Amino acid sequence: MLALSRSVHDQMVAHCLVGLPEEACGLLGGDPATGEALTCYPTGNLASSAKVYTVDPRDHLFADRDAEANGRSIIGVFHSHTHTEAYPSPTDVAQAPDPSWHYVLVSLRDTEPVVRSYRIADGLVTEETVRMTAG
Amino acid sequence: MPVQVHLPTVLRSHADGAKTVSVEGSTVGEVLTALVAAYPGMSGQITDDSGALHKFVNVYVNDDDVRYLSATATPVTTSDELSILPAVAGGAVGV
Repeated sequence: MLALSRSVHDQMVAHCLVGLPEEACGLLGGDPATGEALTCYPTGNLASSAKVYTVDPRDHLFADRDAEANGRSIIGVFHSHTHTEAYPSPTDVAQAPDPSWHYVLVSLRDTEPVVRSYRIADGLVTEETVRMTAG
Repeated sequence: MPVQVHLPTVLRSHADGAKTVSVEGSTVGEVLTALVAAYPGMSGQITDDSGALHKFVNVYVNDDDVRYLSATATPVTTSDELSILPAVAGGAVGV
């Protein structure tokens, strides 16, 4: 389960909307033990594409340091799908870097953004519950 | 000389859960070789058989991606910190 505060949710969706027409991406800082995402780190998309994304490695480095300095970790990544549903593509599955992470998809296909979260391990995709929390 | 290496979560299980380890080396390549020698579980996860960095891994000396320096030949001193992070990429291509 991924616990997502309203503020993290809103920052994530806003970053994805601002990134249109390209895919947008970012990282989530939080507590790996509880699956609580407490910080949204919007990052650049080095791929500058509507179909693929690459988290800017320097943004990743600074997000990782900030999370660690606050006693947290990077616990997942989010990115937008501009014209498809919020489900990991074969590319997402093939390139998933860490089986302990939460993989959040923000679909902007419909008028209302759709946020869903997955675990990806050994090529297997499992959807998980997203619990919205206060904050 | 010892260099601090900051590990990503995905590699920490191979180093008894340590976030940072200290290994010897005077270049990035020497440090990574020493790291894998000390923690064989990381073998094949950072560099390929020729010693080149895998494309799905980013290595930094302090704030700088070593690909923009001299890659594995980049010199390091005991005051430098190496960070290893996974490259994070994907997308809806092919859909």
